[in-house]
Parts: sequence; C-alpha cells; structure tokens
Amino acid sequence: MAEAQRARPKPTPETQHFWDGTQAGELRLQRCDACDHVYFPPRPFCPSCASRKVSIFKSSGKGKLYSYVINHRPAAPGFTPPYAIAVVELDEGPRMMTNIVDCPQTPEALELDMKLEVKFEKLDDKITLPLFHPAKG
Amino acid sequence: MRRNQVAVVGAAETTKLGVIPDMSQIQLHADAALNAIADAGLKLSDIDGVATAVETPQQIAHYLGITPTWVDGTSVGGCSFMLHVRHAAAAIEAGLCKTVLITHAESGKSMIGKQPRSTPADSLNGQFEAPFGVYGPPSMFPIPVLRYMKTHGITHEQIAMVAVVQREWAAKNPRATMKDPITVEDVLNSRMIAYPFRLLQCCLVTDGGGALILTSADRAKDFPLKPVYILGIGESVESPMVSQMETFNSSRAFKVAGPLAFKEAGIAHKDVDHLMIYDAFAHLPLFGLGDLGFMPHEETGKFIADGNTRPGGKLPLNTNGGGLSYMHSGMYGMYALQESVRQMRGIAPAQVKDAKISVCHGVGGMFAASGTIIFTNEK
Ligand SMILES: [Zn+2]
Repeated sequence: MAEAQRARPKPTPETQHFWDGTQAGELRLQRCDACDHVYFPPRPFCPSCASRKVSIFKSSGKGKLYSYVINHRPAAPGFTPPYAIAVVELDEGPRMMTNIVDCPQTPEALELDMKLEVKFEKLDDKITLPLFHPAKG
Repeated sequence: MRRNQVAVVGAAETTKLGVIPDMSQIQLHADAALNAIADAGLKLSDIDGVATAVETPQQIAHYLGITPTWVDGTSVGGCSFMLHVRHAAAAIEAGLCKTVLITHAESGKSMIGKQPRSTPADSLNGQFEAPFGVYGPPSMFPIPVLRYMKTHGITHEQIAMVAVVQREWAAKNPRATMKDPITVEDVLNSRMIAYPFRLLQCCLVTDGGGALILTSADRAKDFPLKPVYILGIGESVESPMVSQMETFNSSRAFKVAGPLAFKEAGIAHKDVDHLMIYDAFAHLPLFGLGDLGFMPHEETGKFIADGNTRPGGKLPLNTNGGGLSYMHSGMYGMYALQESVRQMRGIAPAQVKDAKISVCHGVGGMFAASGTIIFTNEK
C-alpha cells in the first residue's frame, strides 16, 4: 500500500499566481493599487475597498511566529507526530498557515515572535509549499 | 427584534445521549423533535416553520411529515441553532409562520447516516490550511491559544481550571458523560493532543440531538410549561480559516454577536444570573468572558481559577458540564441552549437559584461564526 500523502492544494484561476510563485521560489502577495492594502489569501479584488485594480508582488519572505500548536494526535496523512502547525505573520502584514522546519518541534525551540524566513518545499511537479525556518543570524 | 415578543415553549434533547448505536442521524433529529413537540403539548400539524443545520430543512420536514411555510437552513457550525433562534424570532414577528421547530442531531460517535466532513482541495481551506497538517478541530481550534496566553498573561494552570470547574458541574448532572472529579494536575498530565492542549481540555465525542419550539409571546402563555422569553440576540461570522482571524487575542465574531445581544436586551453584565459559553475546547470560555464584555481578557483566567464560575460562584458558567464533560456531538450549541432553557424553567439538574436572566453564547467552526441569545423567564 502506498504511504498516505500530505494533502495537495489544487489551484484555482484566482490562486494560480501564488502557486506559480512558490514553484519559481517566490512568495507572492497582492497589494491594492487604490488603497495600498496588502492581503492574503489571493483574490482579484481588494477585500478592504473592493477595487479590482490590484498588483501581485514578491514578498520578502520574512516574518515572525504568531502562534502554533504541536499536533500529537490524530496526525494528518503524510505527517509524523509531533509536528507544529504554525501561523506566520509576514513583514508585509498578512498571516499564513505553515510548518516550521529545520527546528525541533518543541515549545522550548518554538518561541512566539521568533524571526522566520520562507523555505520552499517541492512536493511534486505541480506543487511547491511555502514552509518557514528560523531566520539565520 | 423587540424584546420578549417570542418565546421558547418546547425544548428537549434526544431520549438517550452518549453512544446511540441503534439510531441514524436523521432519526436522532426526529427523536429530539418528537420529544420537544410532546414537551410543548403540540401536534406535528401545528408546526409551520422548520430550521436545521447540516441536514436540510426539506430532509427534516419530509422525514417528520411537516408542511412548512418558512424554513431556515443556516449551517455555520455548532452555533447554527443560535442563529436559527434569531431568524425564527424575526420570522414569527413578521408573520411568516407561527410555530417554529429547530432541530439538531449528530451521530458524532457512532457515525450512522452521517456524511464525513471533507475539505475540497481547491477551496481556500484546502489550499492554504490542509497542506500544513491540520486534521480535525483539535489541530485547528487551539492554534490561537499560545498567542492569547502571551498577550493577556494567561497560564496553563488557569486554562486547566476550566475543565476542573466544569467537571464539578457535570458531577451534579445524571445525564453528563463524565462525572468523576478531576484536578489541575489530572488535566496537565492527561494525554497530549495538540500542545498546549491535552485530552481533558478537548471536548467529548458523542451521539445525540436536541430540539426547540418557538412561538409568539402572546400565544406562549397558553402552553403547559413556563415560557422562556427571548430578550436579545446577536450573530456574526468571521473567517472559515482560523489562520485568517483578524487577531488571536479575541474573536471578532464574538465581539459583534455578544454586544448586539446585550444592547437589544437592554441589560448590564451584572444582571446575568446564568451563563453558557460553548466550550469545544478549554480556551473558549476565556475568549467568551472577554469578548462578551464581562471583564478584560487579562482577568478571564484568574476569574475562573479563583472559582467564580463554579457551583456557588457569582457567575455560574456551563452548568450542564459543557462540551468538555456533558456531551459534544460535534455541534454543541443546541445543548447549551437546552441548558439555558432548563435554567430559566427552573428544572436544571444543577439549578441556579432564582435565576432570571441566562446568556447563551455559541461558536461555529474555529471562531468562524457566533450567536448569542439572552433568555429571561420574566416578561
Ligand atoms: Zn483597496
């Protein structure tokens, strides 16, 4: 029996640029041309002022650890417990769910507000996930 | 909505609660509905409004043999029934129907006739949360807790006390699933589920259901039992993705729904005799106390740890034992409503003496939706 796989995202027309970005090694966000609001998840309009004039730009990929759990049970397919499910707050403002890699999955190692940087993990030919690791230096 | 124009005249849970392997989910709806109709002294043909969640109103109306002139299928998670009460009250006041049946049931443990929950891979949740290993509410609902604790100075021991105090209430309730006393040490040594939460800080998984019957207050006085009037109601929603909440320091849906209900009721927090805050997990009563305006968030942990919400305390909270100790089928809001109605009727197993105002606050999804109902037994 094949090993259970991690859930794969399936892009839609509105989110394709984000998943194209992770494959190209870029974390892409959107900014409203009318009111400058930066937002996530992707939409072709501004959820702050409803303008359809929005631009896609490359995020710095830097942020800090906003909150997390360390999941023990039940574990999602493709995950070995215990593993942290985290929310990172990007320097540009938006928050996103992620996993923290290159770091022990313990409360001692995972300090709130620690600095993080994006690290891309290729799942297959179509999907690369944005994960985060502790910032160097 | 105007105050006290609509009342609960029938309320009942399924005959059995807990593990019910001999009933499908839709039959649990029917069992609760028939009990509530009998409680109100009505006939099926008296019901002209139907509201339910997960199942559709047409499934419930057809199964029971009801021909409604008004239905509501609002399905926003465990607080759907609070929203049904609000929508039904507005419909009764507008003359769209006279007598509304609200049903909930879930074969949460036995999983008979229940569709498994699923997250499509092309939904926003499927793209931006599922790939990171969220797997059911225990892996999602506690995600805000560590931030909430850091911001407001809440300790692990204080949150553990939520479970301890609710077990004290459950011990007084013959229908509660878990009745044995527990200590803070028991909670903090129970099996780890999703740090910082352990088994005793997570809700039970059981089978059951409940139903309510609402009608206008002027008709309510002709019913067999004391009517329970609706004094104020609020509702709101935020995000289906816990990661996209505006902040983890409070819940926007709570902060909209709660104050709306208090404003409509025209009461102050000190007027509240009895309080239910949907506790799928142990942090929810803290969020609720803060966001409903009972006290600043910084004081919620100490307030519970000091015993203010336990039997004999000044603000009795989750007096059936809550989702942590009474029962939790998956959408617990209906059981919180049932306990508020029992307290207002004066028939609760752990009755709060002379209680006149009960606040019942529900959550749907992972802070995704909220509904607050304020009941009174005085008109
Ligand atoms: Zn804008």
